[in-house]
Amino acid sequence: MMDLQAKAKHIRELILTALAEAGSGHTGGSLDLVDIFTVLYFNHLRHDPKHPDWEGRDRVVLSIGHTAPVLYATLAAAGYFPEDEMLTLRKLGSRLQGHPSYEFRLPGLETCSGSLGQGLGVALGMALAAKMDGTSVGSGTVNRVFCIMGDGEQQEGSVWESAMAAAHHKLDNLCAIIDRNRLQIDGGTEKVMAIDPLRDKWAAFGWHTIEIDGHDFSQIKMALEMADNEKDKPTVIIADTIMGKGVKSIENNNQWHGKVPTKEQLKDFLHELHQ
Amino acid sequence: MNYINKGNKPTKTGFGEGVLAAAQQDSRVVGLGADITNSVGMNFFAEAFPDRFFSMGIAEQDCVATAAGLALSGKIPVFSTYGVFAAHRANDQIRISVCYNNVHVVIGGAHAGISVGPDGATHQALEDMATMRVLPNMTVISPCDATQAKIATEKAILECKGPVYVRFGREAVPDFTAENQEFEIGKAQLMREGNDVTIVATGHEVWEALEAANILEQKGISVRVINMHTIKPLDGEILMEAASETRMIFTVEEHQIIGGLGSAVAEYLSENHPIKVVRIGMKDRFGESGQASELMHKFGLDAEGIVNRVLREWA
Repeated sequence: MMDLQAKAKHIRELILTALAEAGSGHTGGSLDLVDIFTVLYFNHLRHDPKHPDWEGRDRVVLSIGHTAPVLYATLAAAGYFPEDEMLTLRKLGSRLQGHPSYEFRLPGLETCSGSLGQGLGVALGMALAAKMDGTSVGSGTVNRVFCIMGDGEQQEGSVWESAMAAAHHKLDNLCAIIDRNRLQIDGGTEKVMAIDPLRDKWAAFGWHTIEIDGHDFSQIKMALEMADNEKDKPTVIIADTIMGKGVKSIENNNQWHGKVPTKEQLKDFLHELHQ
Repeated sequence: MNYINKGNKPTKTGFGEGVLAAAQQDSRVVGLGADITNSVGMNFFAEAFPDRFFSMGIAEQDCVATAAGLALSGKIPVFSTYGVFAAHRANDQIRISVCYNNVHVVIGGAHAGISVGPDGATHQALEDMATMRVLPNMTVISPCDATQAKIATEKAILECKGPVYVRFGREAVPDFTAENQEFEIGKAQLMREGNDVTIVATGHEVWEALEAANILEQKGISVRVINMHTIKPLDGEILMEAASETRMIFTVEEHQIIGGLGSAVAEYLSENHPIKVVRIGMKDRFGESGQASELMHKFGLDAEGIVNRVLREWA
């Protein structure tokens, strides 16, 4: 766990540094997903950063494309590409587009995203394909697909089309993770458009539901293992998170959804990270 | 050359036969259904390959996103629904998950055109070519009869690399092209020689244009007919020849004159060989209920309507 702590801290540094250099982007959501990404990539997924196209890999679909920095930073930290490349974020010609682009063939990136409500459908297609291929490819077990969604994203109708279809097709190799930070651009999710009771909604759609503290490594790991072991149902993990997690002065403030630190603020934020 | 109608047949059936033929040759082909499996030509495939056909319910946005996911995992998904729903309801999914990812997903757009008939405006796809054509990486195909629909669909599935939209109709229409025709996506077919005017037609309108050409010939006007079965990429070469060898270009389509075949031809020729281009199609209005033939007549899209328009412009 100490090792994961250090990884998470390093990923947060990469994110903050890249965002300050880019001068635009989404800080809050990127930071609050770090702990989940750390456990996924360093303690759970079957993947091989040296062979990103390995057929037996588990796949991650980041449906909330605006939190691309957490995906990029985690991929870089895992060795998919050099960490230095983080400094090209959002710049002309960079593989690290503002929202993930498949066009640039960034190693480890499975699909583009950025228009909310599509990732779960894409992940469902990948899970269906994995079911069809069965154990014939790669690791000898059916590949798993993880889809990271936002809580505001739950307001998109297309999410629920996909939720219905995944349960109908009994895709137990599909696991959705909802970043429940309770904030969106216009304010609190329950004020903008209430999504609670969120867990009941997913349960009613036929999903295996788990609710966890999205910053607790052991809870994250346990939930991912429970999802692995669930039969005939897809799993949704509703992860309670704090927007901006790791930098106390910006935590839980929706002003930081789409704002980045200035170069001066960066020093303070990095300092806060290490306190 | 005269074309013989082998018997009326919906292009939808040709699409379905093409999907089946492709699926028999490539086990990666999978199908997605949005409830209206029979009326969008997917029934042949669904019956032959139940393990490769997934019922997704009336959920077009999910169908397209799912198709993208399947394609990203190495399958060749075919998703067919009414063109109005594919091209409009699921447009953002097509734009991002399919076209931006540039994955090989084949989308069938059924119920294309005014000849859908009694169902009326909601179900008549008259803007689908416009919204599909504008998307980067997308190929747009509009075959002229059932035989060609089968060949085009099979090729779209087995030979294309990226996203493809294949548009086809509901009504049984003349099936007149040869089983062994030369057909290449992106390469239009010269259906009839002529040196006064050129009619560039697509879909069901190719037959109507050929009928119109016969009538016009009797009136002393020599008409060239081109079957522009691929709207994108557009065959510029055949248009350049027509623009230099005939004196006026007409386009005919069961689609709005904005954004479809007429626009594509006018855009190309205005840049490369300016010449008068007259667009025959729906004039910025919705369709309505009626028999297919009644509607084709009312909107000037049958042979008679084409003849009248050519005579008016030619005079």
